Order: sequence, then C-alpha cells, then structure tokens
Amino acid sequence: MSETIKVKTMAEYASSGENPDILFWVGCAGSFDERAKKISRAIVKILNHVGLKFAVLGTEESCSGDPAKRAGNEFLFQMQALNNITVMNGYQVKKIVTGCPHCFNTLKNEYPSLGGNYEVIHHTQLIQQLIDSGKLSVTGGAFAGKKITFHDPCYLGRGNDVYEAPREVIKKLDADLSEMKRSRAKGFCCGAGGAQMFKDAEKGNKEVNIERTEEALALEPAVIATGCPFCMTMMTDGVKHFNKEQQTKVLDVAELAAQNFNLT
Amino acid sequence: MGTGNILFLLLLFSAITWFSRNARQLKKNIGLGKDLDRSDRPAERWMTMIRVALGQSKMVSRPVPALLHIFVYVGFVLINIEVLEMLIDGAIGTHRIFSFMGGFYTFLLGFFEILAFLVTFGCVVFLIRRNVLRLKRFISKDLDGWPRSDANIILCSEIILMTALFLMNASEQVLKDQGIGPYRTAFPGGLPVSSLLAPLLSSFSPDQLILIERSCWWLHIIGIFGFLNYLPYSKHLHIVLAFPTTWFSNLNPKGAFSNLASVTNEVKAILDPSFSPPAPADPSAPLRFGAKDVNDLSWKQLLDAYSCTECGRCTSSCPANQTGKLLSPRKIMMDTRDRLEEVGRNRIENKGTYKDDGKNLFSSITAEELWACTSCNACVQECPVNIDPLSIIIDMRRFLVMEQSAAPQGLNLMFTNVENNGAPWQFSPSDRLNWASE
Repeated sequence: MSETIKVKTMAEYASSGENPDILFWVGCAGSFDERAKKISRAIVKILNHVGLKFAVLGTEESCSGDPAKRAGNEFLFQMQALNNITVMNGYQVKKIVTGCPHCFNTLKNEYPSLGGNYEVIHHTQLIQQLIDSGKLSVTGGAFAGKKITFHDPCYLGRGNDVYEAPREVIKKLDADLSEMKRSRAKGFCCGAGGAQMFKDAEKGNKEVNIERTEEALALEPAVIATGCPFCMTMMTDGVKHFNKEQQTKVLDVAELAAQNFNLT
Repeated sequence: MGTGNILFLLLLFSAITWFSRNARQLKKNIGLGKDLDRSDRPAERWMTMIRVALGQSKMVSRPVPALLHIFVYVGFVLINIEVLEMLIDGAIGTHRIFSFMGGFYTFLLGFFEILAFLVTFGCVVFLIRRNVLRLKRFISKDLDGWPRSDANIILCSEIILMTALFLMNASEQVLKDQGIGPYRTAFPGGLPVSSLLAPLLSSFSPDQLILIERSCWWLHIIGIFGFLNYLPYSKHLHIVLAFPTTWFSNLNPKGAFSNLASVTNEVKAILDPSFSPPAPADPSAPLRFGAKDVNDLSWKQLLDAYSCTECGRCTSSCPANQTGKLLSPRKIMMDTRDRLEEVGRNRIENKGTYKDDGKNLFSSITAEELWACTSCNACVQECPVNIDPLSIIIDMRRFLVMEQSAAPQGLNLMFTNVENNGAPWQFSPSDRLNWASE
C-alpha cells in the first residue's frame, strides 16, 4: 500500500472554522501496529465512501490509558485520561467512533466521571448503522457463502454487551456465520486483555491464544473475524502456530466490510 | 406445658440467639470494608435481585445443575411452610396444628413430599457429581480440606433431613391406619412418597412407631436449627446472602472499572498547580492506593466473599485457569473470606481493635495469580449471584503497582512508554498519523 488516504485532523477542521460530525479515535495499535494500521485504513475507506465528515486527532491523540488502568497504574491512567479530555473538550468533541474495544470501553465508561462526556461507539456499531441506514449498500459478495466465525473481544462483548453489531455486518455479507461453542457472553478471551499484551504470560500448560485459535480453527473457517487489534494479533499468531495461514485469514469486521464493498 | 415443649423452646431460643450473635459478627466484619454507594436505581436493583437471586436466571447457562439446584431451592423454600407448623406444634404442644384444613392439608403434605423427594434426588446427584464423577471444578485444589467437606456435609445433612421427614410421615400413616391416639385424625388420605415406605414399617409395634415418628420429628427440627447455625461457618450462606449480593450488584457495564477519587485529586494537583483538593472525609484514615488487606476493599467486595458458595463456575470459565495458570477467581473469593474471618477473630480477641498479625491478603493470594488475569470478565459473567472477583484482582494490582512499584518488567516498560510517548510501545508521538500515508 502506498496511496495516501484522505484523513483530516481536528486541528485542520478547527483552523477552517468547521466541526466534523464524528471523531475517529484510532488508538495506539491502529496507529503503530503494522497489522492494525490496515484496519484503520479500512475504517477510513468506509467513512470516506459514505461521505461522513470525520476527523482524527493525529499527533494530538495519546494512549487512552486502558493498559495502565488494567495493570493497576491508576495514576498513569488518569494522567492520560485528563490530558485527552482536555484536548477533546477543547475541540468540543461530541461523538466518537473508536477502532479498538479497549479505547471504546475506556472513553465511553471511564472518561465521564473525569469530565469527558461523549457519545462513543465502536466501529462495528458504526458500520452496522451505515448498512442499516442504506448509506453503505450491500453489493459485491466477496465473502458470500464463505464460513466466517466471529471472536468476541471481551471489552466489546461482556464488557459492554455489544454482541450483535459485528454479527449483523457479517450476515449482511451473505457469509456463513458459524459460531464457536464459547461465543457471545461465554466468549473465551484471546489472552491479550488486562495488559497481558505487554508482558510475558505466567507459567501454565498452554497459551490462551492457542486455546482460542484451536477452537476457532476446529470450525475450519475461511475467516476468523474480530473487532479488536489485540485479538487480531493473538488470533493471527495462533493461526500461524497451527500453520493454517493459507486456509484461514484473520480479518477485522471493518476489513470484511471494506473488501466486500470493493473499497480497497 | 410438658417437658417436650420446654426443651423445644430452649432449643429454639438457643438456636436464634446463637444465630443472631453470628449474624451480628458477620455484619460487623462486612462493615470493615470501605464505603461504596450502591443505593442508586432501586427499581433496577429490585428487578436484578428478583431475576438473578429469586429467579436464578444465571444458573440456566448450565442446564443440568440448574435443574437440580431448582429442585433443592424450591424444596428448601416451600418445605419451610411445614417447618412453621413444626415450630408451632413444638412451642404449644399440638400435633399437626394445620390439619384442620382437611383434604387441602393432605394435598400440601403430598406436595411437600414430592418436593422433598426432588431435594433428595438433587442432593444425591450433587454428591455423585462431586465424589464419583469428580467434575473438574469440584476436584480442583481450591477445595482441598474443609471446603470439600463443607459441601459434602451440607448435601448429606439435607438428605438426612428429608429422610427424617419421609420416615416421620410413613410411621404416622401406619399409626393412622391402626387408629392409634392423635395419629388417627392427623390427615385424611395417603401421601405419595411415604406411603411407599409404610409397608416397611408395618411390622413395628405402635410404641416403636411412635418412637420412630417422634425421633424423626425431633431430628428434623433439631437438624433445621443446626443447619441455621451451621450457615455462618459455611459456604452455604449464599442461601441468605444471594439476595443482598444481587440487590447491590454492579449495574454499570462490566468493562467499566472504578476511577479512584484519591488519585484524581493528586493528578489534578499535578496538572493544575492552582487546584486544591477537597478535604478527605476522614482525615485520620491512612491514604492507601489499592488493596493490601480486607479493610482496603469495599463492603460489597466483602459481602461478595461471604456470598460465594464455591461452585467454581468462575474458575472453570477463566482463560488463565483453563490454560494452567495459578489464578482461580474462586480462590480469590475464598481467600478474601478466610482473611476477613481471621481479621474478625483478631478483633474479638483484642477487644474490638485489630492487632497487627503480620498478615494480609497477599499472605494467601500471590502476585503470580493476580498478574495472570486478562480482565476478560468471564468470572463476573458466570457467577450466578453477580459476585465480582475481578474488582478485587484489580484493587490488589493497584496496591502492587502504586504502593510497591512491583509490576512485572514488561508492564513497567509499557508504563514508561505511555508516559513518554503516549503509546504502550516505543514509537514517536510525531509518527502517530503515518498510517494514513504509508
């Protein structure tokens, strides 16, 4: 990929005296992780395709504080949160879509009592809304009939009871949505949450992501879909571990939608 | 008033006194926890309690134990109507005072017998699941020692109580058929379960039958008193505490963790030198971040610990535990309760004040357990009475990190990166938008 995609920052909007309709909160993984950057680009392609007036914070965005908070560093979390809230309130941000369930959860649930009150949605919810409202029309069919299983990110599913939005999008692709035994409220973690992503696992007899990927691969899906950049890392590593990269792809729901609608 | 009544009233009085004493101690122990306001949204709280505790809505995710548990639960609740009759009979010396209801009374007794049969059936299957089938969550080392015995004692006691009820009714039916004494008119008609047992007793003399009937009556009622007083020493407290525990449930999304107000004040003071933090409510209380001991937890977390019946659904759904790590959310709850009991005893022994015994929550819960948690909320989701083990894990992590700087190396690196670069990895903040042009 080499093309530059159209992304305006809040600062650019502000200097032209305009306000975007929605802030796209990219998140650290979406900004820096090689694999997750593609998810950010897919989300932007969808936003541009439907002509939504959106902006990113760009270099003014900073870690939401989620990993610090889950790891017990409440000081660092609140430092991050208060700084981010100052920036967003400065731009009079009202509505946010996040590319990561961890940022989604933190911004939606943990910022309000610190003075950050926004309407926060996850990108799978936005995509579902765009399809439902007809702005993103169902054409293409790159995944028609293909077996797709959805891995529930903990902070989207159990954490915030969003189970249906990503599934509704997958169903709209005419794909064969096939559920793992442990799904929705019973979904099994990928192993990255609670700041596990940034530390070595404790001694055990198996890695959590191997356990989960094994369960997904037992369905022999064409795609393991997810909605979280950390789940993406864990599941992709799991698929590699079992040498199944040829048979099974790990894709974010945003990528599924973008590919299906020929936006790439 | 006969000796029987006096003995009964003495027993009743002792049972109630002893139970009240233990209940007060329990309340005192829970009161050691920190304040937490859980009085908002009362309508939603009543609905949660009715749905989750009374309606057992979260049990059904595992249908077999859910059905067996419903048998035992409904039986336990409804058979108490018969216990009420026994209490009146025992106190004033009547025999089956409710029998004036005639045919309806027989119907009730028959209904209770069917329930009692289902209770017995449930308890037998539960014993088999624990001791013969040895289900993974019941043989785990969390339950070694007293907890495993506790479970078996409860199940066996319930079977004995129900058997006493059947034998009592059966011997009474034989006496009734023989037209003896007050039993002649005890209740019209026959009963579904005990009438099957009656033939076994037909060879006994009336005196022997009366002895069996009376013994079983006393066994049942003394058993009930004993059971009541066993509760505070047992995991079985859930039959009472499930109700307040669900009423005071966390109603926020499970992903939302509490924001520590004490930290907010400090952080605001750092970011804005002109900010003056409000005076603390209790200036004498030492300011500690996170939880080192039970009094650093909230009263709700302590109530949770007493409500836990050690079913292990949390642990059997925990990704860390299921992949062989040391963490078990059930053990977190059990250790919290054990430590709370220990602190409670310590305060009694030292005339109401806690004397440092050199122990705390970390004496039984290791850092290795705490760091294995992925904060996935599976344990919270699975708990049939909405207990929240995750909040204790996070509060203990907070102590490790903010009071002891004892985070694993990888996390310390992550903290440094977030502080310096605004990202958990070592990337320059100025490169944050590069993804759009690569």
